[in-house]
Amino acid sequence: MKVTIDNITLDVEPGTTIMQAARMIGPEVAPPAMCYYEPLQGSGGKCRACLVKVTAGSEKDPRPMPKLVPACITAVQDGMIVENTVNEAVLETRKGIVEFLLLNHPLDCPVCDQAGECHLQDFSFEHGVSSTRTVEERNTFDPVDLGENIKLNMNRCILCYRCVYTADQITDGRVHGVMNRGDHAEISTYIEKAIDNDFSGNVIDVCPVGALTDKTYRFKSRVWFSKPMDAHCSCDKCSGNVTLWYRGEEVIRVTGRKNQWGELKEFICNTCRFDRKKTSDWVIEGPTEVSRHSVISANKYGANMIRPAFPIAQAARDFKQIDDNRDRSFLENKSILPAKK
Amino acid sequence: MKILTQHIDVPGIETIDVFMKNGGYKAVEKAIKTMTPDEVTEEVKKSGLRGRGGAGFPMGMKWSFLAKPEGVPRYLVCNADESEPGTFKDHYLMWKSPHTLIEGMIVSSFALGANTSYIYVRGELMYVINILEKAIQEAYDKGLLGKNILGSGYDLDLFVQPGGGAYICGEETALLESLEGKRGNPRNKPPFPAVKGLWQCPTVVNNVESIAATSWIVNNGGDAYAAIGVGRSTGTKLISASGHIKKPGVYEIPLGITVEEFIYSDEYCGGIRDGHKLKAVVAGGSSVPILSADNILTTDAGEKRLMTYESLSEGGFASGTMLGSGGFIVMDETTCIVHNTLTFARFYHHESCGQCSPCREGTGWMDKVIKRIETGKGRMEDIDLLVDVAKKIEGNTICPLGDAAAWPVAAAIRHFRDEFEWHITHPEEATKPGAVYMRPGASWSN
Repeated sequence: MKVTIDNITLDVEPGTTIMQAARMIGPEVAPPAMCYYEPLQGSGGKCRACLVKVTAGSEKDPRPMPKLVPACITAVQDGMIVENTVNEAVLETRKGIVEFLLLNHPLDCPVCDQAGECHLQDFSFEHGVSSTRTVEERNTFDPVDLGENIKLNMNRCILCYRCVYTADQITDGRVHGVMNRGDHAEISTYIEKAIDNDFSGNVIDVCPVGALTDKTYRFKSRVWFSKPMDAHCSCDKCSGNVTLWYRGEEVIRVTGRKNQWGELKEFICNTCRFDRKKTSDWVIEGPTEVSRHSVISANKYGANMIRPAFPIAQAARDFKQIDDNRDRSFLENKSILPAKK
Repeated sequence: MKILTQHIDVPGIETIDVFMKNGGYKAVEKAIKTMTPDEVTEEVKKSGLRGRGGAGFPMGMKWSFLAKPEGVPRYLVCNADESEPGTFKDHYLMWKSPHTLIEGMIVSSFALGANTSYIYVRGELMYVINILEKAIQEAYDKGLLGKNILGSGYDLDLFVQPGGGAYICGEETALLESLEGKRGNPRNKPPFPAVKGLWQCPTVVNNVESIAATSWIVNNGGDAYAAIGVGRSTGTKLISASGHIKKPGVYEIPLGITVEEFIYSDEYCGGIRDGHKLKAVVAGGSSVPILSADNILTTDAGEKRLMTYESLSEGGFASGTMLGSGGFIVMDETTCIVHNTLTFARFYHHESCGQCSPCREGTGWMDKVIKRIETGKGRMEDIDLLVDVAKKIEGNTICPLGDAAAWPVAAAIRHFRDEFEWHITHPEEATKPGAVYMRPGASWSN
């Protein structure tokens, strides 16, 4: 099937979603995803961050779709034409989505463990505006302990339901779901029953924001001060393939390995995640390739440094307003800027 | 012309004997004994009956979309989760004459080839659920439900399922989730329920009033039904009228009477209460745009507005509205539109399921902002902020609840912006109990 995304045409298998097709092209045209998580069945369609415009439904029926559609769950049709970064309405809507997601968000990045690898940070940096229009009081929740090793801070949650699907699909017996409605909805282990099974720690990795954090790593370091290393061990519960996060000689955190979209390649067990914190527990493979989180890779592995075209274009637009002597030579590099429509 | 409420005032109509004496269950006999399911569907198509739940989608067409794979059960689900502020027609029909619905359920299930059907009733209506249960038992006793109905070989089991009282469960896919015993979150579409509905089987979800109308269509033919009404708005519609009118209640009207006649004639609402005059109307339940008196009575072209799907929506949202579910709320000049909008916004804030971000956050935001304006703490930029928030919710959500939350706010500002501005510029006056803004030249009396 042929599909055209932002004027780039490619061939895909039937049943591919717009998101998958766009990711095949690359991060420049891939819509942002806050709730969609490819390894989890049924995820997606909730955050509306990936809404795109379909200007032609298919070869047979070239009418445009009346509403913006979520790229993550819409299957491509032969001859479909999709506009993502080149459509003003899409970008305008996305600004609105950022605003909605941040509306009741505490914006406590300076004290949040997720800062630096937070999808909401990336999303609002790439698509949001710099100021807020809300003057209302934000909804707040008390932080809750989910078992010994997981902390739930509902204030930061964007209700993507990823952890719910994880609890449903990876762990046996769900003790974890959503209670209440609307902006008072909260993730809960029904009457605070702790999640205690071998794979519960994966909810930390799937969480796009700092709502679910690792208590063994809590306040230990900023993510950009730590060095990620791929490592493995022989584990009888999981594959044992993990990423170790070093600060100096010390392993301060263990997570699953993630792909360039921030999705786990494999789910790992709690023993690997919370208990194996010595270098001697692991066989080190080498430094992790970090391509998505610029703040982690910045000045660390030069080759991996990424410069997403869109935020740079955005920065170029806003840069003029600030009169200082910052280095703006990267703005001269035409090859990384998107072509004007 | 009355179809659904023809015998509603007969004493004892809720019992099957009285109901059958008044011509009840003839449609079941006619459909099952003399017609094929496709013929019934054909009659419904001919009738031009449009879904009475609010969207107005042609019912025959919806039925024909139903996938019919071999060996997979099909379901008919009746949406009786009527929870829209201002709409109480289904409640009235089920309470007064439960057999009207059950007869329609049997005929419709037969047409769709469903052997199990459900009536999903909102949980607050426990006494209506009891009435329905009793009526279903009577139908089982008469052999109209169960195995081998009237000796035809067609089996049908009918169940009543009480909901938990969430407005969102009136959205068809949320209803199906709830019926499956899950949290009532709307599903992403496609797949539509006609392909994958209840327990992933093909399902049709219809409103109480639509299903109840099918038995009359079977008895009298689709053409007879299509002869009532104007254009593509055929048949009769139950309108639940409330507000500042002399005779609030549920009225069955042939589609096509003028709005003016509906409000002012003695047969229906009987006019605005004494000493007051019409200010605004919400024509189809709280989710449709509010209209000022001028806009609701006449269209932009200067013609009298009719009670039809087309006429009410003439002029788009700039000067039109929607027939919706028929919750006709009339307001006289003592009504504060800001307060009214706050009531609606609070409702949608409370009822948003919280699944998708624009609706979850946007409804709460609009509620808080309008609350601030209402309590005298508004800022001038809040008005445009509300319009923008409404615009960003509209069309970007999984289900229509987002639109339903955005439209009333956007419409109230569109037609009554001066009232919002007055609240902001005169906070002391506006927060006095019962304070209402009067447009220049307006007065309390006729």
